[in-house]
Amino acid sequence: MAHAVSYIYLISGALFILSLKWMNSPVTARRGVFAGEIGMLMAIAGTLLAFKVFNWEWILAAFFIGTAAGIPIAYIMPMTAVPQRTAMSHACGALAAALVGTAEFYRANQFHEILPTFVMVPLMLETLLGFLTFTGSLMAMGKLQEVLPQRPITYRGQNLTNFTLFGIAAGLAVWLIINPTETWIFPIFAGLALVFGVLLIIPIGGADMPTVIALLNSYAGLSACAMGFVLGNKLLVIAGALDGSSGLILSIIMCKAMNRSFTNVLFGAFGQLQVAHGHAEKRPVRSASPEEAASILEAASSVIIVPGYGLAVAQAQHKIRELYDALMRRGVDVKFAIHPVAGRMPGHMNVLLAEADIPYDRLYEMDDINSEFAQCDVALVIGANDVTNPAARSDKSSPIYGMPILDVDKAHTVMVIKRSMSPGFAGIDNELYYMDKTLMLFGDAKVFVTEILKELPARAAA
Amino acid sequence: MSTDLENTLYIFMLATFLGLEVIRKVSPLLHTPLMSLTNAISAVSVVGAILITGAQGATTLSKVLGFIAITAAVTNIVSGFLITDRMLKMFKKPGGKK
Repeated sequence: MAHAVSYIYLISGALFILSLKWMNSPVTARRGVFAGEIGMLMAIAGTLLAFKVFNWEWILAAFFIGTAAGIPIAYIMPMTAVPQRTAMSHACGALAAALVGTAEFYRANQFHEILPTFVMVPLMLETLLGFLTFTGSLMAMGKLQEVLPQRPITYRGQNLTNFTLFGIAAGLAVWLIINPTETWIFPIFAGLALVFGVLLIIPIGGADMPTVIALLNSYAGLSACAMGFVLGNKLLVIAGALDGSSGLILSIIMCKAMNRSFTNVLFGAFGQLQVAHGHAEKRPVRSASPEEAASILEAASSVIIVPGYGLAVAQAQHKIRELYDALMRRGVDVKFAIHPVAGRMPGHMNVLLAEADIPYDRLYEMDDINSEFAQCDVALVIGANDVTNPAARSDKSSPIYGMPILDVDKAHTVMVIKRSMSPGFAGIDNELYYMDKTLMLFGDAKVFVTEILKELPARAAA
Repeated sequence: MSTDLENTLYIFMLATFLGLEVIRKVSPLLHTPLMSLTNAISAVSVVGAILITGAQGATTLSKVLGFIAITAAVTNIVSGFLITDRMLKMFKKPGGKK
């Protein structure tokens, strides 16, 4: 029977690959989820039937609790909280891998079985990545949920502390690989990995979260992959490798979209620049009322809306949908320009706008829409900041110099909905706000859009 | 045994390259659901957790660690697949009709 299961795993593996392949288009994506579910069911059922499994009460209880927790998480979680949920699922996945590795290590020692090097190497990788991703993801979740401060937490000698800690943990891992019976080292190693996860994430600011989430995704996948090597299970290797490479690709895309390197994101604590750039004196800006904004929007023939994290915070997606409808009805062409790092995780803005029923063919990627700003009458920026800052193109001294941005400043008129003039997380002043063609709309995104909407029907009736 | 390791390494290498190619083709529109889907899929590590927990003569430590691992992985499987589907349902076809 244990032999037959490897064929079931083979089919599961194929279904997982198809599942991801079908994600390439919104048309086939749901079929992809279905394929993944079937693959998962086959793998679990095959395992339970093929192997002599004992301790059923433990297994069933865990399945019950996991299911009972998973269903409400999937259905009650508001779409604005998706980044937090994703961070939490990285934590869960990494924890599972780390604990399985730990259990396997102690099991072998219990039975005086000396684990060979080719098992110990992946086992130490699995537990190292698993434990650090577990606490790291919890920290990311805390920052996204705003339980922890979103700004980077930094102190002198931070990188030195982190490298030293990681060095000791890695050293202990090597020691354990050479002497797999030294069980007393394991808890110290695990503790260091857990602490390292915390220290790695606290200096990272909110704006860098898309990269960090993707990177943690990759680590969690690699940890599951290493588990496959430890247990000699090829399906786990395949699934882990797919997850690991997916996280890797996404983090590379995020890094490119910010013109930064991995090391810079992880060790470069963006927030330190705040001090250097905090001296900007007060400069005059033009502001406008909802009434004026409504008449400008109404007179336009094309509008590009640029959403950012502020939209998620204000939960303004449904109001923006109403604005989209109202303008489209008046014959205004409305498009959405989405920067790869807008929001707190890859694809965050797309999901929010899709939730509000905005058809996805109206959502444009940066490279596809940048050339259109020059012909567009109004660019409406809602809750986005650094991704629209022209300093990224022109000012070599700016910390975001070289970052690809949306060319919002090329539009005929720019309107920016913003709570106040306070700079974003990166603490960089945005030149866009001081341009002659820019109108600042001060207020909460949701409230302001609601007020614009109130002005629109009144005009249509008049 | 070492040939088995060799096989597994080849599988790892191929799966990684395949993953890179397949994921590269995913539209940025779907990056968030993609992440929750790959997360659910990699929670197939529940298989390893079952084998650890359900081994004959498993110690209490193994059972407790395995129990937590199964719970965490099943949470990911259930919430991951369901939330991915919930998100994908929201992506309306062009034209705006349900």
